[in-house]
Amino acid sequence: MLRFILRRLLAGVILLFAVSSLAYLLLYLGAGDIARQILGQEATQEQVQQLNTRLGLDQPLLTRYFGWLAGAVTGDFGASWFTNQPVIAAITSRLAVTLSLVIGTVTLTAIVGTALGVWAARKRGAADRTVQIVSVLGFAIPGFLIAIFLVNLFALNLKLFRPTGYIPIGTSFTGWLSTVTLPIIALAIGAIAAIAAQVRGSVIDTMRQDWVRTLRSRGLSENRVLYKHVLRNAGGPALAVLAVQFVGLLGGAVIVEQIFAIPGLGPIATQSTGQGDIPLVMGLVVVTAALVVVVNIVIEILHGFLNPKARIS
Amino acid sequence: MSESAIIPPTEVATEVRAARSHIGRRILKNPTGLAAIIVLSLIVLSAIFADLLAPMSPTTPNIQEVLAPPGEGGHVLGADSAGRDVLSRLLFATRFSLAGALWAVLIAAVIGVTSGLIAGYYQKFFEQFSVWVISIIQALPGIVVLLAARAVVGPSLWIIMAVFGLILSPAFYRLTYAAVVGVRNELYVDAARVAGVGDLSIIGRHILSVVRAPIIIQAALLSGIGIAVQSGLDFLGLGDPNVPTWGQMLSDAFSRMYQQPLLLVWPAAAIAFTSIALVLFGNALRDELERAAGKPKKRRRGSAAYTPDTSGPAPVVHAEDREDGRPTLLEVNDLVVGYDQPDGTVKQVVNGVSLKVKKGEVHGLIGESGSGKTQTAWSILRLLPAGGRIVAGTVFFDGKDLAHLSEKEMTKIRGRRISYIPQEPMSNLDPSFTIGSQLVEPMRVTLGISKAEATKRALGLLARVGLPNPQKTFDSYPHEVSGGQAQRVLIAGAVSCEPDLIIADEPTTALDVTVQAEILDLLRELQNDLHVAILIVTHNFGVVADLCDRVSVMQHGKIVETGPARSIFKDPRHPYTKSLFDAILEDGAARGPLAHSADRNMLEEGAAR
Repeated sequence: MLRFILRRLLAGVILLFAVSSLAYLLLYLGAGDIARQILGQEATQEQVQQLNTRLGLDQPLLTRYFGWLAGAVTGDFGASWFTNQPVIAAITSRLAVTLSLVIGTVTLTAIVGTALGVWAARKRGAADRTVQIVSVLGFAIPGFLIAIFLVNLFALNLKLFRPTGYIPIGTSFTGWLSTVTLPIIALAIGAIAAIAAQVRGSVIDTMRQDWVRTLRSRGLSENRVLYKHVLRNAGGPALAVLAVQFVGLLGGAVIVEQIFAIPGLGPIATQSTGQGDIPLVMGLVVVTAALVVVVNIVIEILHGFLNPKARIS
Repeated sequence: MSESAIIPPTEVATEVRAARSHIGRRILKNPTGLAAIIVLSLIVLSAIFADLLAPMSPTTPNIQEVLAPPGEGGHVLGADSAGRDVLSRLLFATRFSLAGALWAVLIAAVIGVTSGLIAGYYQKFFEQFSVWVISIIQALPGIVVLLAARAVVGPSLWIIMAVFGLILSPAFYRLTYAAVVGVRNELYVDAARVAGVGDLSIIGRHILSVVRAPIIIQAALLSGIGIAVQSGLDFLGLGDPNVPTWGQMLSDAFSRMYQQPLLLVWPAAAIAFTSIALVLFGNALRDELERAAGKPKKRRRGSAAYTPDTSGPAPVVHAEDREDGRPTLLEVNDLVVGYDQPDGTVKQVVNGVSLKVKKGEVHGLIGESGSGKTQTAWSILRLLPAGGRIVAGTVFFDGKDLAHLSEKEMTKIRGRRISYIPQEPMSNLDPSFTIGSQLVEPMRVTLGISKAEATKRALGLLARVGLPNPQKTFDSYPHEVSGGQAQRVLIAGAVSCEPDLIIADEPTTALDVTVQAEILDLLRELQNDLHVAILIVTHNFGVVADLCDRVSVMQHGKIVETGPARSIFKDPRHPYTKSLFDAILEDGAARGPLAHSADRNMLEEGAAR
């Protein structure tokens, strides 16, 4: 197990290296005259020169790249060109917010998606059709549209509470819950649709397996076989979909955070993108890529736990 | 042309193509598909003719008419925060949002399909290379890549959506790759290659025609995602302000939500309707394709079914050779098993079977495949596959009619009173649990004993069924044992709760000849020790001769001859029974009817091989 994790970690590090190198080179090659863009057209040539030197942009690209890499290994991604705040500090202070949102969404998705999928697979008929229609709608309608709808509904029509803003989980758990509930619902609907469709399909497939009949023939009730045996076997493919959803949710959170005014990675991602703050963009790329690598490893370990054939000792 | 010279492959290909060309027509008959196509057509037409339809300029601001309500100042849908006409903006936004999404999908399709074709057709290096590129592309959420690209290239709709096309391309790659790998080794493609048709020609003619429809489905679904992502980026304010899009309208409306909430409705409805129509179109197309491809599958499943045959003659009944006074344990009367068909009819697979199994007796149910033996066995356990049910008849077991018992009562019968040995050992153990836990769980549930006691019993049973290292097998997962061992495990499971009747469905068919003999020995030993009744389904007279006290011969879902095994062997009367015996004689002596020592003969036969 340990060797398996180590091997996956090594592959993840290689992938991370490839992605960040590619991103660095493409970002700087494509960026053009950065100092001029930051200072605007009115700046003198001298000012531009000065800024270039201050930002280290007068060095050759490869030298800068290796310098960045050496820093990145120790967690130093440089500083924002606009606020001078260290990139790593800007990201870590907000990463927890986004992660709490995404993890909350994944948890809700796993529970509701599985329940709906099993329900549709078991009852078939009307229940099945309902879940399928909900799946189509959930898949089709973008999450941020749902987010806008929710804000609109709660802020304008119900006037129940101010639906935007954020209270850290450390300050007040119930406060946190009240601020993340709507964003999580907005994010989760699409993911729930995907998981429900997947679980429904794999439960129906698994129920047709020979061993289900044999276990039933031993005197185990249908529910017991379903919840203990079928679900565990159907869980593998659903986990794979959940991993894909997790990655998608990291992206979806960027927009949804903007709508709900949540101070996660979304706002700085949008801001740094609009300004062309490349060190911050690079930091975000590396951190999200690292998150994706970690999530994939966790999912593979879970998969090995569910499926002994996938287990590598 | 050389291609027309290859008759069989082109024939196959035209057949395939003909089947597919119906899809175009069929999707129009599919109500969902038709509705989606109508909605999409209207949207596309309004985008194309935006210049003609739009009453005003979509970009000219007018300070006097900021947030004008619908109908005021000639603004049919009102004016936005800069006083621009909402209807005009919506029409042009439709044009650019759709074009952006389609542009991304086009790029994705070109990259994905081309690389999928190359990787699938030539494989080797290019395949590995593609796997790496895909893992890099998918190492980041799409939005993050787009944000990074936006940071560099600025607010260009076309460049950003081209990058998104690259991100989407693995979807097309996978689909094409899988299709190509599936098709490239088909006989008609081989034939074309042998006939000297060039690679490009083969790809164009045989492979693209296979992936065309799936590509359209995928394109429809990805267009929806393209619209969502494009609108999302523009909503964040990262788009080109000179190009009106749904996302920008949404962003503008969202910032003025408290003043003019109606503004949100138009772009939101446009995005929602377009996305839903695209998904419904893709789903409808897939349904029609699956329906077209699903037909032969259904036909194959139906091959086990026969039209009801209630007219035939009564079965030949042999007289009892000795009256042993054993009470009847199981009595099946006029059992009819049917499967519900999609068109509402019921397809009968068992047409009135009657049979009796006495306490402690081994009863063979013999017949060719598809004669309904297994269906009979499953219906006694009430474990028919989905859609199957007992249509008529009774199944009396120990005084209770199992055909009409509640599911809860039936669960109490299974395992404890009637148990089951399946045909194919390897597929009848849950691959995710250890063998031990699959033995322990039923004992704990049906006998209500403790885990420790159940474990002890399970180990004892594993030793009893002849497994050399019970503890090791107990701890193993199903994929770690051989087929013969798995069958012993299943037999151990069948006897674990001390049932009165075991239903064994061809327990040796899937095994090697030598192992077959050992399993039969084991069954006989267990039967002698436990005095359990066995209903054994088989098509092998050697098994019958070896084990059975009584035989019922089944054909077309009915019993045609029944009686003591000895009597039927001596004097088979029904023509079908006779033909079964003849078939054995052709097979060779090893499985012959004289085999009281059939197992030994089998062993010798196995050794000789």
